[in-house]
Amino acid sequence: MNVSYFKDQFQQLQTGNDSAHVAALRTGSFGTFDQKGLPTTKLEEWKYTNISSLFDKDYQISPLADKTALLAAAIEEIQLPGNADANVLYFVNGRYEPSLSILKSASEDLQVMPLLEAASAGFQEIIDQHLGESSAYLKDGIHALNTSFITDAVFVHVPPGKELRHPVYIYHLADAQHQAILTQPRSLVYVSKRAKIQIVETFRTLGTQDSFSNAVMEVVVAQDATLEYYKLQNDAAHTSQVSSTHIHQIGKSHVHTVTISLNGGLLRNNLNMILDAEGNETHLYGLSLLKGKTHVDNHTLIDNKHPNCFSNQLYKNIADDSSTGIFSGRIIVQPDAQKTNAYQSNKNIILSDQATINAKPQLEIFADDVKCSHGCTVGQLDEEALFYLRARGISKELAEVLLLQAFATDILEQVKIDPLRQHIETLIQQHLSIQ
Amino acid sequence: MLSIKNIHANIDGKQILKGINLEIKAGEVHAIMGPNGSGKSTLSSVLAGREEYEVTEGEVEFLGKDLLSLPAEDRAREGLFLAFQYPVEIPGVSTTNFIKAAVNEKRKYLGQDPLDAVSFLKMMKEKMAMVEINQSLLSRSINEGFSGGEKKRNEVFQMAMLEPKLAILDETDSGLDIDALRIVANGINKLRSSDRAILLITHYQRLLDYIQPDFVHVLYKGKIVKSGTKELALELEERGYDFITEAADMANL
Repeated sequence: MNVSYFKDQFQQLQTGNDSAHVAALRTGSFGTFDQKGLPTTKLEEWKYTNISSLFDKDYQISPLADKTALLAAAIEEIQLPGNADANVLYFVNGRYEPSLSILKSASEDLQVMPLLEAASAGFQEIIDQHLGESSAYLKDGIHALNTSFITDAVFVHVPPGKELRHPVYIYHLADAQHQAILTQPRSLVYVSKRAKIQIVETFRTLGTQDSFSNAVMEVVVAQDATLEYYKLQNDAAHTSQVSSTHIHQIGKSHVHTVTISLNGGLLRNNLNMILDAEGNETHLYGLSLLKGKTHVDNHTLIDNKHPNCFSNQLYKNIADDSSTGIFSGRIIVQPDAQKTNAYQSNKNIILSDQATINAKPQLEIFADDVKCSHGCTVGQLDEEALFYLRARGISKELAEVLLLQAFATDILEQVKIDPLRQHIETLIQQHLSIQ
Repeated sequence: MLSIKNIHANIDGKQILKGINLEIKAGEVHAIMGPNGSGKSTLSSVLAGREEYEVTEGEVEFLGKDLLSLPAEDRAREGLFLAFQYPVEIPGVSTTNFIKAAVNEKRKYLGQDPLDAVSFLKMMKEKMAMVEINQSLLSRSINEGFSGGEKKRNEVFQMAMLEPKLAILDETDSGLDIDALRIVANGINKLRSSDRAILLITHYQRLLDYIQPDFVHVLYKGKIVKSGTKELALELEERGYDFITEAADMANL
C-alpha cells in the first residue's frame, strides 16, 4: 500500500456539501501526506515504533458496511458496563453512524451530529477555529492522512453550564472478516464554559484479518469546564492503532485522562494537552499490561503556554513475554509560563528477558520560575514483598499476581466511572492470572 | 516437633551457621540469644526458606517432614510461622485480603474448604481483640504507614489467624517501647499452648521477662555454645555475653 493508492482513494472521495474550510483542510493535509509519506523510524518521534510494516499489505479504507448486522454480531463483546446509562455513539469502519447512536442526555444538554452537518447547525465558527488544530503539533504524514480523509466524522458539543450526568461512550467497530481494513475515525468535541463531560473510547474488531485504525480526536475545553477522558484498548493481537487525542484547554479548566492498554498489536497513543490559559490543570494516567508481542507506545505532550498551570503524569507498564512498552513524555514550558508545575513519572515492571521498556522524558523549559520533575523506574517485583507473602503460605504465582495487581491499583483508581472501573479491574485480574 | 541437626549455612559464599543442633518439642518456648553477627537472623531465614541462603550440611525435620526440601509457602502451610524483624510494607495489597488468602491457602493445602466470608470475619474479630489490634489498621495496605509497634502487632495478629505449630519470632522486641512490648508479649502469651512451640530470637533479655522461656540457648559465631533455662538469661543480663564468648573462643584455640 503506497502513496499513490491513497491518492486514488483521495480523489474518489465524495465531497458533497462540505464547507470550504473542511475542503481546504483536506486538500492541504493530503499535500502534507504526499510530501512526507508515512513516518519511519528515522523520525525522532517514531524511533521506537515502526509502522511501515503495517503498510506492506493492502487495506480496504473505511468501507461501507451493513452496520446493523455488524453491530448485532459484535454487541455483546463491545458493550461496556454502564452502557445503559450512557450516551452511546458508534463508529463503524471509521465512519460515525448517527442512526446507531442512543443519547441519554437531553438535547439541550448534549448535541451530537455528523461533523459535516455541524456547520449548518450553527457551529461553523467552532469548526473553522478548531478543526485541524492538532496538525500544528502532530506534523507527520499519518496524522495528515486522517485529516485528508475527513468524511463521516462526529461533532460533540456540550453547551455552557451543562454538566452531563451520563457519560459518552464511543465504540469503534471494525469489520475485518473478509479483508484487511484501515479505518480513520475523526471526532471534534467542544466542551463549553462551566460544562462537564466524561468520554470513554474503546475499539473492537470483528474477524481475523488485519485491522488498522488511524484515529484522531480533537477536544476543546473552555473556561471552568471539566473533561474526563478514558481510553480502553483491549482488541485482538492482529489489530493496530495510531490513536491521537488532542486536548486544547482554551480557558482555565480541569482535564483528567486515563489510558488503559491491555491487548493489541501495535498501539501508538498520542496525547496532547495544550494549556492555553492561566491556571489550567491536567492529569494524565496510563497503564499498559503487555504480553505476547504487543507494542504500546504512549507519547504525551504538554505545552504550558501561560503561567500557573499544573500537570501531573503517571504512566505504568507491566511488560511480559516479548512485548514492548514505550513512554515518551514531552513537556514544553514556554517563556511566559512562569510558576508552571509539571510532574511526570513512569514506572515499569519487566517480567521476562525478552520484554523491552523504553522511557524518554523530554523537558523543554524556557521560563525560569518553574517546578518540573520527571522520574522513571524499571525493575522487577520487590523480592522482600514476595517472600513475605510466600512466608504466609501464599504461593509464588499468587504472590506475583497480588503484587502486580497492587502495582496497577493506583492507575485503576483514577477511573471515576464506577461500572467501568470495576470492569477494568476484572480485565486486569484476568490478564494477570493467565500464566 | 522441630529437630535441627548439624546445620551449616552460608550466604554469598560466607559461612554463617557452622553446625547447629536443636530439638524443640510441642508446648516448649525456646529463646536464642547472642551477640550481633552470631547468625540469629540466618537461622530464622534458613528455617523460613529464604532462597539466598544455602544449606551446605545437615538436616531439619519438622513434624516428621524434611523441612529443607519444602518451598517457603509449603513450610508456612505445614505450620511454620516467622514473625519478621523488619516487616515489609506492601502498598496496594489490602491486609484483610492478604490474610484471607493466606488462611485459605493453608486450608486448601490441608484439604479443607475455604472459610466463608462470615466465618472469616468472625475469626478476624476474635483475633483482633486477642492481640489488641485496631480494625482501622487492617483495612489498609499491608504495614503501610504502620509504626514499628503496629507492624509487630500485625505480625502477632497474623500468627493468631494462621494458628501455626511453630512460631519463630525474630527479634520481635526490637524497636519497641515498654507499652508496645507489653501488648505484643501479651498477644504471644495468649497463643502459647501445649501443641504449639515458640522460638524466640532475641538480642536482649527484656522480652524474656514477659515471655518466660523453658530453654535459653546462646548462639555465637554460628554455633550454640551454651544452653540453659531462664536463669541463663538473667545471668546474661547481669554479666553480658563476654563470659560465654570468651570461653567459647578459648575452647576453639
